[in-house]
Amino acid sequence: MAATPSPARPMTPATPFDAERVRRDFPILERSINGRPLVYLDSAASSQRPLPVLRAVEAYETHSHANVHRGVHALSQAATEAFEGARERVRQFINARSTREIIFVRGTTEAINLVAQAYARPRFKPGDEILITGLEHHANIVPWQMVCEQTGCTLKVAPIDQRGELILDEFLRLLSPRTALVAIAHVSNALGTMLPVKRIIDSAHAVGAVVLVDGAQAIPHTPIDVRALGCDFYAFSGHKLYGPTGIGVLYGREQLLAAMPPWQGGGDMILTVSFEKTTYNDLPWKFEAGTPNISGAVGLAAAMDYLEGLGLTAIGAHEQKLLGLATAQLERIPGLKFVGTAAHKAAVISFTMEGIHPHDLGTILDHEGVAIRTGHHCAMPVMTFFGIPATARASFGCYNTEKDVAALVSALGKAREVFG
Amino acid sequence: MDLKDLYRDVILDHNRNPRNFGRLEPADAHADGHNPLCGDRLTVSLRMKGDLIEDVRFDGKGCAISTASASMMTEAVKGKSKRAVAELFGKVHSALTQQDAAVEPGLGKLAALSGVREFPARVKCATLCWHTLNAALERGTATVSTE
Repeated sequence: MAATPSPARPMTPATPFDAERVRRDFPILERSINGRPLVYLDSAASSQRPLPVLRAVEAYETHSHANVHRGVHALSQAATEAFEGARERVRQFINARSTREIIFVRGTTEAINLVAQAYARPRFKPGDEILITGLEHHANIVPWQMVCEQTGCTLKVAPIDQRGELILDEFLRLLSPRTALVAIAHVSNALGTMLPVKRIIDSAHAVGAVVLVDGAQAIPHTPIDVRALGCDFYAFSGHKLYGPTGIGVLYGREQLLAAMPPWQGGGDMILTVSFEKTTYNDLPWKFEAGTPNISGAVGLAAAMDYLEGLGLTAIGAHEQKLLGLATAQLERIPGLKFVGTAAHKAAVISFTMEGIHPHDLGTILDHEGVAIRTGHHCAMPVMTFFGIPATARASFGCYNTEKDVAALVSALGKAREVFG
Repeated sequence: MDLKDLYRDVILDHNRNPRNFGRLEPADAHADGHNPLCGDRLTVSLRMKGDLIEDVRFDGKGCAISTASASMMTEAVKGKSKRAVAELFGKVHSALTQQDAAVEPGLGKLAALSGVREFPARVKCATLCWHTLNAALERGTATVSTE
C-alpha cells in the first residue's frame, strides 16, 4: 500500500475566507442553547463536523460497510478501499513519505501510549531520560510516567515562564546524551502557546534523542508537514480536526516503526498464526490489531478534504484575526486576567475573572448560549504553575466570527452583572 | 431557567463571605473532598461533644455553589447530632436533585440551593461538602471524591 512520495500541495484558497459561508456547512451551529443561538467556543476540546464529513460517514455506512482486509466479497473490498484510501489521504495531508508511516489509532492519547509502550518501554533503561515540557496535556505526561515506572528511566520537565512559554534555554540545558526521547506539545491545549518545535526537534536530534510531537492542538490551525518538521512521531486526533471521535493518527518514521514490536495482538496485525509461531503483519497493519474504526477514518479523510478546500493557512489567518480581536476586547474587561500570554499562540484564550470561579463563568456563559471549556483542561501541572485550580478557556475554529467574540464579551458582562 | 434561581443573593453572599472558613486546630475529625472533574478541593474539620457537632469549619477553593453550600452547611449542622445531620442531608439532596418535588420544610437558608436542580452539571458542586462532612463523621479522617 505504499504510495509514491509527493511534495506538499499548495494550500492557497481561491477566494477570501468567508466564515459566514463556512458556518452554513456546520448544521449544529443552527442549534439554539437555552433559547439563544449557539456560540461555540470550545473547538480546542472538540470541533464540530461539517456536512461533507457527516455525509461521507453516512455514505460509507449506507453503501460500503463490511470488515476490511478480510473478504473477497464486493463490500469488503469497498470498505478496504475506503479505509486504505483514507490512509493515503492522511499521508498527503501531513506529507509523510509512505502510508506505512500512518497508523490509525483512537486518538492522540492512544498514539502516545503506543509509542510509550512499543518504542520506549522495550528500549529504555535506568539512566535514560524522557524530556517533556511544563505545558503538556496529561496524555503527554502519564504514559511517560508509566514507562519510567516500567523501565527505571527518568522523566525530566523543562519549565515554562509566566507568559506560558517554554524557557528554551532551560530546555536545551536539560537535553543531553542521556535524553532518549523528547515528547512535546506542538500547541499547548490549556494556554494556546505555540512551541518552537522545529528548533526543539533539531536540538534533540543533535544529541541523538527521538522526538514525539503531540499535534492535537496544532493540526486544526496550520498546515503540518512532518518531513519539513523532521519529527520522529507526530500524534493527532480526528475530532479536533473537524472529523469524527474515536479516530486518530500516529505518524512514525518507517525505520522506527519497523524496528518496534507490535503493541496489541489480535486479528489484522498478523500474517500467519500457529501455536508454535506467529508472524506479524507489515506496516502499518502491525499496529492495528482488531477491526478498526473504518467510518471514522473515512470521516477524517473527508475532513481533510474539506479543510484543504478552505485552506489551512487561510483558516489559521482567520483564527489569528479573531484571537487578536478577542484579546483586545477581553483586555478591557475589569478583573479579567489572561492565563498564557505567549508571543505565538493558537486561537485559544485562557482566562480568569476576579471573584468569579471558572465554573460559575461556564454556567453563566452556557445560559447565554456561549459554550466554553472550564476546568484544568487535563493540564493540572499548568494550573499548579499559575497557582490556580482552573481557568475559563475560549477557543476559536474556522466557523467562528466576530459576532461570536461579541457574544463572549457580552456574556462575560452578564457574569459580572450576576456576581456584582 | 433563570440564572437568578441558581445565583440567589444568599448564595452570592456566602460565596463572598464564607462563614466558618478555615481549619479547626486541633480537630476531632477531618476529611478532604475532591471533585476530580474540576479539581476543586475542600477540607471539613470537626470538633465533637459526644454525638454532637460542637464546632465545624471548612477550607478550600471552589466555585460559588460549592463555597456557599459548604458555608451554609457549617451553619446548619453546628450543634446537631450525626442522625440529625443525616436527615438534613437527605432533605438537601432531594432539594438539589428532585426536579418536580417541592422543597421540604426545615431547610432554612439551605433551600436557596434548590436552584441547582435546574443545572444538573452543578449538583456535585453543592454536594461535595456534605459528602466530605459525612466522611469526617463516619471515619474520623478520610478523602472522598464526587466520582
